[in-house]
Amino acid sequence: MPRKRSILPVIPHERMAETSYPAVSFDAHPSSYVHWRLEIDGPVATLSMCVQENRGMWPGYELKLNSYDLSVDIELADCVQRLRFEHPEVRTVIVTGGYDKIFCAGANIRMLASASHAFKVNFCKFTNETRTYIEDACAHSGQTWIAALNGTASGGGYELAEACEEIYLIDDGNSAVSLPEVPLLGVLPGTGGLTRLTDKRKVRRDIADVFCTKAEGFKARDAVKHRIVDGSFSRSKWADGIKSRAAAIVAKATPRPADARAITLPSVAPAITAASGGEIWTYSSVTVQVDRSTRVASLELRGPTEAPADSATADASAWALRFYRELDDALLRLRLNELDIGLVLIRASGDPAQVLAHDAAIQGEGWFNTEVRNYQARVLRRLDNMAKTLFAIVEPGNCFAGSLAEILFSVDRSYMLADDDGENAITLSPASLGGFAMHNGATRLAARFPGDADALMLAQAAAQRSKAIDAETADEMGLVTFAPDAIDWDDEVRIAIEERSSLSPDALTGMEQNLRFGGGESMDNKIFGRLTAWQNWIFQRPNAVGERGALKMFGAPERPIFDYRRT
Amino acid sequence: MSINYDEQIPNNVNLSGDKRLQRALEKWQPAFLDWWNDVGPMGFQKDDIYLRTAVSTEPGGWAQFGHVKMPDYRWGIFLEDADPNRTIPGGDHAGQPVWQEVPGEYRNTLRRIIVTQADTEPASVEQQRWLGQTAPSMYDMRNLFQVNVEEGRHLWAMVYLLHAHFGKDGRDEADDLLARRSGDADKPRILDAFNQPCPDWLTFFCFTMFTDRDGKYQLGALAESGFDPLARTCRFMLTEEAHHLSVGELGVERVLRRSVQLTKADKNGDARAQGGIDLPTIQKWINYWYSYSLDLFGSEISSNAADFFGAGLKGRWNESKDFTEHSALNQHYTMAVVRNGSLTEDQVPLRNAMNEVLRQSYMADCERVVKRWNRALEDEGTDFRVSLPSSRFFRRQGIYAGHDFNREGDLIGSEAWQKQRESWLPSDADRAYVASLMHAVTEPGKMAHWIAPPRKGINGQDIAFEYVRRA
Repeated sequence: MPRKRSILPVIPHERMAETSYPAVSFDAHPSSYVHWRLEIDGPVATLSMCVQENRGMWPGYELKLNSYDLSVDIELADCVQRLRFEHPEVRTVIVTGGYDKIFCAGANIRMLASASHAFKVNFCKFTNETRTYIEDACAHSGQTWIAALNGTASGGGYELAEACEEIYLIDDGNSAVSLPEVPLLGVLPGTGGLTRLTDKRKVRRDIADVFCTKAEGFKARDAVKHRIVDGSFSRSKWADGIKSRAAAIVAKATPRPADARAITLPSVAPAITAASGGEIWTYSSVTVQVDRSTRVASLELRGPTEAPADSATADASAWALRFYRELDDALLRLRLNELDIGLVLIRASGDPAQVLAHDAAIQGEGWFNTEVRNYQARVLRRLDNMAKTLFAIVEPGNCFAGSLAEILFSVDRSYMLADDDGENAITLSPASLGGFAMHNGATRLAARFPGDADALMLAQAAAQRSKAIDAETADEMGLVTFAPDAIDWDDEVRIAIEERSSLSPDALTGMEQNLRFGGGESMDNKIFGRLTAWQNWIFQRPNAVGERGALKMFGAPERPIFDYRRT
Repeated sequence: MSINYDEQIPNNVNLSGDKRLQRALEKWQPAFLDWWNDVGPMGFQKDDIYLRTAVSTEPGGWAQFGHVKMPDYRWGIFLEDADPNRTIPGGDHAGQPVWQEVPGEYRNTLRRIIVTQADTEPASVEQQRWLGQTAPSMYDMRNLFQVNVEEGRHLWAMVYLLHAHFGKDGRDEADDLLARRSGDADKPRILDAFNQPCPDWLTFFCFTMFTDRDGKYQLGALAESGFDPLARTCRFMLTEEAHHLSVGELGVERVLRRSVQLTKADKNGDARAQGGIDLPTIQKWINYWYSYSLDLFGSEISSNAADFFGAGLKGRWNESKDFTEHSALNQHYTMAVVRNGSLTEDQVPLRNAMNEVLRQSYMADCERVVKRWNRALEDEGTDFRVSLPSSRFFRRQGIYAGHDFNREGDLIGSEAWQKQRESWLPSDADRAYVASLMHAVTEPGKMAHWIAPPRKGINGQDIAFEYVRRA
């Protein structure tokens, strides 16, 4: 019978033009969540997914069966972040379905089928980042997420569960977990689904193969047997089972940090003004000049102007948090809303001593310090993941020091003006020695010098000393790419920009993503590298998105036609 | 322990020569009997019931009558004879030879289709297990048990397909069919209508009339499957299903007739005062079960329906006979949909509307029965007529679910709905009243006060025949 609910009842329609979605804002707040309900009861938070069908980002699809689009995930990301800062008392977060018999049907297929390639890529990247943030909260904030699958979790629904520390599935004879992307849609479970099966949940690879090709997935019995989920409860024992699991986690968890207090996160949004070729976005410590005519954005970062407040009384206005939130927002807007921009020039201006002082203020064990440092690390990883060329421009008056010096090692190239008096300097600090791991787990310094132990040692020693390094020395130490003198400077920078802007954007994205992550691999790295790359390839292939491709035909009256040739 | 398969399990699938099937059934058959004794008809397992048994597909072979204890009933496995020239009736493979083995590509989908259909068979037995205790006559009690054992046989038929064609997965699914329980909080049956209680005989008649009729149309659609063993199984099941439908249709008709008689007999025209069920109450039962049964067809716009048709797994009702164009491509179906709070017409690709196409065949069939009921009402001399509500009324599945429609199918908003709900659907008081009339009548030939006798008995026997011999 056609009675079993389909993933989504959809009929494909015309694909949208590359930029025909409304400009995306990443600002959200629990008081205005459309798709989630957050309830906090002491150390236990319950986050219920209640997606509103008719509140998708653009017309033409309905978010049925708790399927999601980017707007749903923006609220989720906001929630993950706020729980860490605003609710440090929370020790466990139960994420569950707010409707009967359904947890989440994954990303909305009609939305995906109608979205441009660029939007799909951005959507996947953002949702992937959100899921790594859930894992980051489990690992570093003592907030353990558990997935309480009160009904079927398919595709992205199960992938969301995989991001949690533990997964429980209701055993009602019907509900199942599944990754039906391959058999039903001709694409991959690209939100970490494949990678977490083997690397996190340690599912045997042949069992994972069976699971990922069986559209209906596994019900509780098989799912438990193969570690696809951690346990199951019958319907009558469901509520108590989840409750007692949450209580056990709370009992085992480190208690709420002694110095934890709620840090309210105010809204972050730039003032936007028109400018020649585009727009200027102004935040308190970040300015972005978007020039669509040259396809270049200038990202100006401003260091703190005043001494840091005592971290015991600091709040979200502290530069170390405020600035990174602004940078985060600017990066996301560049990705989603400024597809024309191919090159981002990053400058940092201000007093390096103040940056170091603000870094120093959040060193040490305190709760606030730890949360801010972990957040900075996440923003820097967001920077690593940009599919745009990043150049750092280091000029006199710059404040590439301490945590901001990490940006020099995140970008693809850095240009540092070799001035006559050696005033133009950068300052590495111990922050570069381990606090800001990349997605592959390495420090940016280690990834920078994969085969040069001496150079790495010198750089690490310089970081230990936190001493200013002038352009000539920085060049010798390999800390910047080029250090032209004042006579060559303008030309060198101009030519570099013009040359870069002329190259194939696809090849550049691929090249940069390969070169940025030298060294070993981690699960995250495989998700953002291997899984994502394959998914983005499939997203371009006729077998997925051609006239008779599986993604396009899903829900259509005709069935897909494949080109079966394989290499 | 050796089993004489052909003796115990009448079949035309060469069971005694099929080791794989034997192995599967050796385990499953005892589990089935445990299930039957555990949740089958309550209290009558030791009695001799005048039942019809299918022993072959020959003319006459499918209906052998005799007294038998239900646990000894010979649940058989029958497929209609194969037509060597049969081709796939509809979809992308239309016109190609039918499949005798499951195509790997459709294995999971087919299994799901079969399991969903199969799950309804034991479910209804469970729903009806208490009804024997309040049967309005021995004749009705026998009909109830006949329906029950045949639902049991339909389960066998589906389990045969799972065992014969779906390997270990199929055997696991067959086991699960005996593990789920209607209405159970932890292991409910798959479909909602099959978790609803069946507490009284008016419900039983409505259920067999409306819900079993959904079964007829689902079986009909599967009889048009490109997977030949499924199609042949379903064709044979359809002959039995017809009996269930007539139990429902004639049961409701007898209650209607009696209702008119009692209404006339009462000086205030109140059938309830005479110990009967008044006509408006019967209409409420019809509204409720018709709507619940419409849900079973699935959503009006469905990608699954398109897939099943396109793959040739299901057809339309009489796909091979009534249609000449079997691709159903480049055609649209006009459908009323709710948009911005009002109804507008939408063009839906025909394949995606296949659930609705099947539902329309069903609705037309129901309308024919209602016509016959109204002739009976006319015959009894009343002006009252029963009718079916709009297919948008009181739906919990599909595109009309979540909106409030009146009986005529107009959007009315939730306040108006709440106000009128009890005039359309059984209230708690209505249910309690009907339940209060349910008392067993055990003397052969006698009928409960609220129901008219049938026109004739079973298999040419008298109405007063001893259909049930109590142990």
